[in-house]
Amino acid sequence: MKKLLMATAACVSIPLAAFAQDKPESLKVGVSAFLTGPASVFGVPAKDAAEILAEDINAAGGIQGVPIELTFIDEGAGTEVLTTEYRRLVENGADAMLAAISSGNCKTIAPLAEDLEVINLMWDCGTQTIFEEDDYKYVFRTQAHAGTEMLATVAYLLKTQPDFQTIAVVNQDYAWGRDSWDIFSAALKALRPDVEVVGEFFPKFGSPDFSTEISRLQAMQPDIILSTSWGGDLDTFVQQASQRGLTNTSTFVLPLAESSLERLGSSLPGGHIVGARGDHYWNHPERRDDEDFKAFMAKFEEKTGSKAIYPVFHMSQGLAALEAAYDKAAEANGGNWPSEDQVIAAFEGLEFQGLGRPVTLREDHQGIEAQLLGTSVQGGDLPFATLENIMIFDGAELTTPVGETSVEWVGSLQPGWVDTLTVDSYEN
Amino acid sequence: MNLTLFLLALFDGIAYAALVFIVAVGLTLIFGVMRILNVAHGSLYAMGAYLTASLTTFIVAAGLPPIFAFPCMLVSAVLIGAVIGGPLEWLLLRRIYHKPEVLQLLVTFAIFMILEDVQRLVWGTQPIFQSAALQLLGNVRVFSVNYTVYQLILLPMVAVALLLGLRFFLRRTVAGKLIVATTEDREAAQAIGIDADKVFLLTFIVGAGLAGLGGALASPTTSILPGIGADMIVLSFAVVATAGLGQIEGAALTALLIGLGRSFAVYVWPETQVLVPYLIMVAVLLVRPEGLFGSPAARKI
Repeated sequence: MKKLLMATAACVSIPLAAFAQDKPESLKVGVSAFLTGPASVFGVPAKDAAEILAEDINAAGGIQGVPIELTFIDEGAGTEVLTTEYRRLVENGADAMLAAISSGNCKTIAPLAEDLEVINLMWDCGTQTIFEEDDYKYVFRTQAHAGTEMLATVAYLLKTQPDFQTIAVVNQDYAWGRDSWDIFSAALKALRPDVEVVGEFFPKFGSPDFSTEISRLQAMQPDIILSTSWGGDLDTFVQQASQRGLTNTSTFVLPLAESSLERLGSSLPGGHIVGARGDHYWNHPERRDDEDFKAFMAKFEEKTGSKAIYPVFHMSQGLAALEAAYDKAAEANGGNWPSEDQVIAAFEGLEFQGLGRPVTLREDHQGIEAQLLGTSVQGGDLPFATLENIMIFDGAELTTPVGETSVEWVGSLQPGWVDTLTVDSYEN
Repeated sequence: MNLTLFLLALFDGIAYAALVFIVAVGLTLIFGVMRILNVAHGSLYAMGAYLTASLTTFIVAAGLPPIFAFPCMLVSAVLIGAVIGGPLEWLLLRRIYHKPEVLQLLVTFAIFMILEDVQRLVWGTQPIFQSAALQLLGNVRVFSVNYTVYQLILLPMVAVALLLGLRFFLRRTVAGKLIVATTEDREAAQAIGIDADKVFLLTFIVGAGLAGLGGALASPTTSILPGIGADMIVLSFAVVATAGLGQIEGAALTALLIGLGRSFAVYVWPETQVLVPYLIMVAVLLVRPEGLFGSPAARKI
């Protein structure tokens, strides 16, 4: 019976939506995020952020006078459940979707969004392959991808530690851990062909114990230890390494550690390289004095008791993109509520700003996002590490050109390329 | 591989094996006596870890010296055994001993799922790290490599003490002998007046307490977060199956085999690290389907 009613409702509403572009009562947005499982360290703060941001948008009158209404899907329940829920939301009239966190889910969702003809903003997808392997009409990425993020990490490493000779890697044994190392090592080989890779470890995802790897690394004594791990895995690895003094003998390069700083507390000593998958940091040197930034950070801390981490920034970019696209499309439509095609047209070349620097969408729908890295430092007023020697890289110079694949492109870079980059440096 | 690396791998393997054994021995004890494969063992492990971390954080915040972290572990293990294990057996498992194995497995799996959600409700989803106990004992330097005293010395000592203690308990004490008798033949044991219900309850409390103790001992070494229980239960099953179900000495030997296999894999061929425990299991079960120490069961007619 319920199905029948829903089908009837759908039949009635579809023709209406197609003909009259009256303002809807609300703009329905579906958001997928991990609310359970290990990756909920990202999904839960992102959901909190989305709720605050939606409240702010609605308090200011909504998007073109239309309030937004968020519905969340838990990615932690598995791909099967995610796609079912995704379909259900779209069939119930969702106007736009923000999905997803997991790269695997992103690869599933992108063609699905295309089939369902719904605007999908990839708000936190890492995999660089989405737009390198396929063209999409409805799918946009409102942030950088793994290629940009890894290249920024290599650039920061080469700028701050120009003389290192040996490197070892300890990444999680799944798509992200493997792919990020492929890009990182290809870039390193091109830019510093003399560096020797002395160890490659891929402990299983969710490993509770890195003791053996740490013993092995202490015996090897590499100059640099890279780990693109995140969440509990990264926390465990850094804590165990710090307990056994490995953090005193090697410099750690941790491209996702910005999301772990507060949990790691005093376990991450000073002098290690910390990345944030974009220009994301609760004390963003270019944004920390802006009123909107300060107001949001205060609300977020009040709601969650924690500092904002990168998924919060990514969520802000996703929602900012949506708002900017509707505003731009409405303007082009003479101030009237735009059709879906008009909104899609507005996304091309769109510039929008979340909590970081402005982001632009390229013609292949890839976002160009600045990258922030810094070096950890202890001993401030806070009981955890903050960042010093911060560099913000221009995203365009680090992003694989349209039509090329990341691993090949970074592999074609020449030594000395790092010196040509546009960088803004800040002491802290 | 030179001698130094060989010894380093040996130490890593022993430290890892100690923890695996402590968890697996509870599982094998329960199976040996009750013939129930308790999937919920993984949740009891996780809750032991969470409880210890919370208690330790509480006493450290209260200004007590961190040495009290060790009593916290014991308290957690006892609480897990008595407050969760006891009612589980009494209210639920007691009703399914005569049901098909598939049903038993489904029931314990359901308990596992429920307890996983209880953990999320109580402790949230953010990783917790509480290593006061481990930091207290400091490091020891071997061949220019730092090990924590906690992992290299304390955990193996606890594991050996547990093995000897359980052997003594089962073979020399009345309660232990009752357990062994019930394991051998439940009907005969009941015929001579042993209260099998009581024995089962006692065994389950001890087994659950051991899972809790495993979690408690693991808690200072690792991040505690949703999902650690599932991880441990898979490895424990591998140990228990390889050892022969219900074999305590077998569990110790298998844990050592798997621990060493894993650490040597990291030194020699890191890509196979995840595979090694299961390769060992397959190799043993191909040769001895009843497990290393298991004996072929005589079918009762």
